[in-house]
Amino acid sequence: MITNRQRRQTLWGLGLLLLAVTGLAIFTGRYPAPVWMPFRLLFEDPLAQRLVMNLRLPRILAALLLGMSLAGAGTVLQMIFHNPLVEPGFLGVSQGAAFGAALSIVALQAPGPVIQASAAAFGCLGLAFSYLLARRMRYGGWTLRLVLAGIAVSALFSAGVGILKYIADPLTQLPELVFWMLGALSSVTWTDTLYILPVTALSLGVLLLMRWRLNLLALDDATALSLGTAPARERLLLLVAAVTATSVVVSVAGVVGWIGLIVPHLARRLLGADTQYALPGSLLLGGAFAVVCDSIARAALSGEIPLGILTSLIGALAFSLLMMGRPRFDARALQR
Amino acid sequence: MMTSHTPAVTLSNIRFSYNGHTRTVFEALSLAIPARSVTAVLGPNGAGKSTLLHLILGLLAPAAGEILLEQRPRRAFSRRELGQLVGLVSQEETIPFSFTVLEYVLLGRAPHLSFLETPGAQDFEVARRALAQVGAVEMASRPIQALSGGERQLVMIARALAQQPRILLLDEPTSHLDLSNKGRVLNVIRQLANDGVTSIFTTHEPELAASVADYVVLMHAGETLAAGALDEVFTSENLSRTYEVPVCVLQVAGRRLVVGETPAGTTGRGT
Repeated sequence: MITNRQRRQTLWGLGLLLLAVTGLAIFTGRYPAPVWMPFRLLFEDPLAQRLVMNLRLPRILAALLLGMSLAGAGTVLQMIFHNPLVEPGFLGVSQGAAFGAALSIVALQAPGPVIQASAAAFGCLGLAFSYLLARRMRYGGWTLRLVLAGIAVSALFSAGVGILKYIADPLTQLPELVFWMLGALSSVTWTDTLYILPVTALSLGVLLLMRWRLNLLALDDATALSLGTAPARERLLLLVAAVTATSVVVSVAGVVGWIGLIVPHLARRLLGADTQYALPGSLLLGGAFAVVCDSIARAALSGEIPLGILTSLIGALAFSLLMMGRPRFDARALQR
Repeated sequence: MMTSHTPAVTLSNIRFSYNGHTRTVFEALSLAIPARSVTAVLGPNGAGKSTLLHLILGLLAPAAGEILLEQRPRRAFSRRELGQLVGLVSQEETIPFSFTVLEYVLLGRAPHLSFLETPGAQDFEVARRALAQVGAVEMASRPIQALSGGERQLVMIARALAQQPRILLLDEPTSHLDLSNKGRVLNVIRQLANDGVTSIFTTHEPELAASVADYVVLMHAGETLAAGALDEVFTSENLSRTYEVPVCVLQVAGRRLVVGETPAGTTGRGT
């Protein structure tokens, strides 16, 4: 058992970690030499200053928002769907966005902003399809129907992506498409960052404010209702907030897997199941994790490594290590 | 035994059927449950016992008829007011994440907190007292997934107690409990009546009802066969009609024993 005081300390610790990681990320990259830029350059070299201000900062901030959004949305969806294996894109959002992006790359040979808009639109469309399909299904309870509908719609869109991949020009379009599918923040500018900032900030604000109430919505309907909540309405509010944040970041960064699935587990491992602590922990961890992965993506090789590959690689390793270690908090959620 | 004659819960002419099912559960159910009483709802499987509790709670809405809680139409209550008035202990509750027992019991404080509030020192105090009431203080820091079925049931009751409701609905509250824990729960229910709480519980064990209830509702196929004070209603004839098997109520040393003529020689225990 860890006390609430220890949990607050852990949260402070994670906050400091996030700050440190973000600070270090500013000095990480391929200029002037691979991996590390000396501190003094930031004060002496105008090129370094411009590089940091125009390229690195918006990108680091975007990574931060991406990680926080995916991890926060993952925590929320796992709670309201009573299912620890749910991830934020599962309601057709990720695959819908991927299809939207692929469509605009292949059919329109569109520039960046159009790809983003198309991805966001199809992400929302994927969610809408899942929702409508779930309403029409004649099988099981609401939660099960939503999950099934999400699976069906995702499969549909990923089949569409498959077709588009097949007909894409292998020299020009296919690499761009594949790179997008693997997720990357390499082309992020201040415009992108300022576009995702208000939406994600608003969504994450809603999640944070409802961090304790989220616990109630993880209970079954009868109990949640008896405790004075309006389960359907409040879950919908959280769902909309979580999915909006997800589709906005996915539209900029592409499909970045694993963050939304494992970071909530790591947070629960460190802080316990109570989302009053696990949700803020998840946001901080998700932000730090995405910034670290993106820094590696920028700095490790002379070419860019797709972010999605790194989040899977590092995420899976960190997850395995943490789950093998002695639990600080009993996490039997996965056993039953 | 009844301390008050004003009903805590009144149902008048309730008609109800589950969505998409043709079978009506209740045709025109009317019932008044006295305040500060312990009421047992007895009946065979499928008689509508749990449905009755869910209607009172507002989880289900009747197609016709009216439900009054403390003389006020249920629909006039806000969700939060209802949460402060009515507590529920479900038959089964799946809790997918490993909350600690104390965290879980604290959730009972929700109706007393505003929408975005987090529980404070006073809420922790109430939650600990609720755990003490069911004799589960030492479980406070254990993960809820590690509890046995019976321990879980005690903790669920503690969660409802932390809610401090004036009407407490319990759906088969003792079904997973051993004898000593059963006694503990019955004592808690009895004590609540003394504190002014109206408890309504469903059960498959008539003897259990006889040992703690002062008001009994016998249900059969969506109708109340009999409802009234224990002494009047709890007869061999009424129980035989309820369960559709010959049942004999014996008085032994001031306790009522129920003997059914099923092959196993016991009364019908359901799923």
